[in-house]
Amino acid sequence: MNVKHIINEIEKVDPDVYERLDTRRNAMKQFSGIAGKLALAAVPMALGSMFKKAYGQSGNGLFDILNYALTLEYLEAKFYSMGNAAVAAGSLSVPSEAAKMALINIGAHETAHVNFLKKAITDSGGQAVAEPVFDFTAGGAFADVFTNYALFLAVAQTFEDTGVRAYKGQAAEPALMANNDVLTAALNIHSVEARHASHVRQMRKANGGLVPAGVNVKPWITGKQSGIGTTAVQASYDGEELTTQATINIVNINGMSISADAASEAFDEPLTKAQVLAIVDPFIVG
Amino acid sequence: MPKIIESGNGTLLPRVNNIAVSRRKFLGYGAAAAVLAVGVSACDKNDNDEMPSDGVNLGSGDFGILNYAYALEQLEAAFYAKVIASPYGSMPAAEMALLSDIRDHEIAHREFFKNALGSNAIAGLTPDFSKVDFSSRASVLGTAKAFEDLGVSAYNGAGKLITNPAYLVIAGKIVSVEARHAAYIRDLISNGTFASDLDANGLDKSLDPAAVLAIANTFLVTKVTGKNLPTS
Repeated sequence: MNVKHIINEIEKVDPDVYERLDTRRNAMKQFSGIAGKLALAAVPMALGSMFKKAYGQSGNGLFDILNYALTLEYLEAKFYSMGNAAVAAGSLSVPSEAAKMALINIGAHETAHVNFLKKAITDSGGQAVAEPVFDFTAGGAFADVFTNYALFLAVAQTFEDTGVRAYKGQAAEPALMANNDVLTAALNIHSVEARHASHVRQMRKANGGLVPAGVNVKPWITGKQSGIGTTAVQASYDGEELTTQATINIVNINGMSISADAASEAFDEPLTKAQVLAIVDPFIVG
Repeated sequence: MPKIIESGNGTLLPRVNNIAVSRRKFLGYGAAAAVLAVGVSACDKNDNDEMPSDGVNLGSGDFGILNYAYALEQLEAAFYAKVIASPYGSMPAAEMALLSDIRDHEIAHREFFKNALGSNAIAGLTPDFSKVDFSSRASVLGTAKAFEDLGVSAYNGAGKLITNPAYLVIAGKIVSVEARHAAYIRDLISNGTFASDLDANGLDKSLDPAAVLAIANTFLVTKVTGKNLPTS
């Protein structure tokens, strides 16, 4: 492990890294002192704790990003676990064994993500946030979420589509770009959330409940349509309607027949941490 | 977060800035001055016009990665164009509609990369779909699944190779759409298999360019090589 290399990589995206780490000379001195004394296996932990000191308070350090992801995974995991318990208890009716299995599988993935992120944080010397207390009725707005299958799927779709946007919004954070392993892991979770979203959307299409008249729910997001008959989830879809990417207009690009709908569907859009936390805030009560 | 990625439609950094980043990366590696000069000039050089025996060279640095994505999108777009032009027997209307959507998405991706790369873009590639029976739903969907899963793991594996944050966000915007496609195609083949190839941690796969291109090249008459692509 070349620590100087790692820090130089971070410096490319965060010019202030040495200031965060005290000074260049002190950081290197401090680290070579530590690294000289520790077994090689312990170096990542020492590095993690050095970064924690450097970034712990800044709000966008690696552990902040991982804890943010963990919070969203807690939300999803608990949601499916409660939903699947309701299915098992017979209070939430699902139309088929296939639907039941899909929800169990998705729930298992979200729980695996929780465990993976917790381990990634603690193995690197960080402190994983505790699971929040959730209210999936969002203060009563979704009062029958665990007895009404159409509503359950609508909330599930919103969580999945929001999760995709949330991970995407962190991809280019300097602390994440500086760590190849964590970036790759985050990308490998990001695409799973998109697979979930695709399937839940197909489940909603099959069910038809809470789908506004004339709306065709597809595996992908058309314009900024939620495909859900309430404005309560609209913040999760606003901004998805972009048809210009990096100043390049995608509609009918280079003479191809590409509609505005297809142009918006072809690119999913990120959300900032602040936007996502505002979206999930009604579901977090403590 | 750098300003460039604050807005969803931020401008891609012009080439000169990309080279500046590349130069800094070389400096970061602490290369000797002589080596550095060679390295930077290699970055400056547009090596897409060489056509060695091992195929079209995707190039180096971020543009190499963008060309890598451009090559894969060319392959996907050509495939779905043919699927829709000669649909398998009694393709249900719902499948026709969504497969047409996917075709349009892939064309949008392909043309986006073409324009973003400008003069750095590789030429159009000639696909080889001789292994695909376009009259067979199983053959078409099996190939679609292979392409979509390959695309997802390619973008997932390329993320760490990208230097420019704006390009990374663009790749992120595309890969989740590929994952939506992959899940849909998988469900068409067998409902419920949308994410059935994850690891024990619930993570999707990522592949490096060499592994991806080895597969992609089996569907290309014009072979491509990623020998100058970044490896970390």
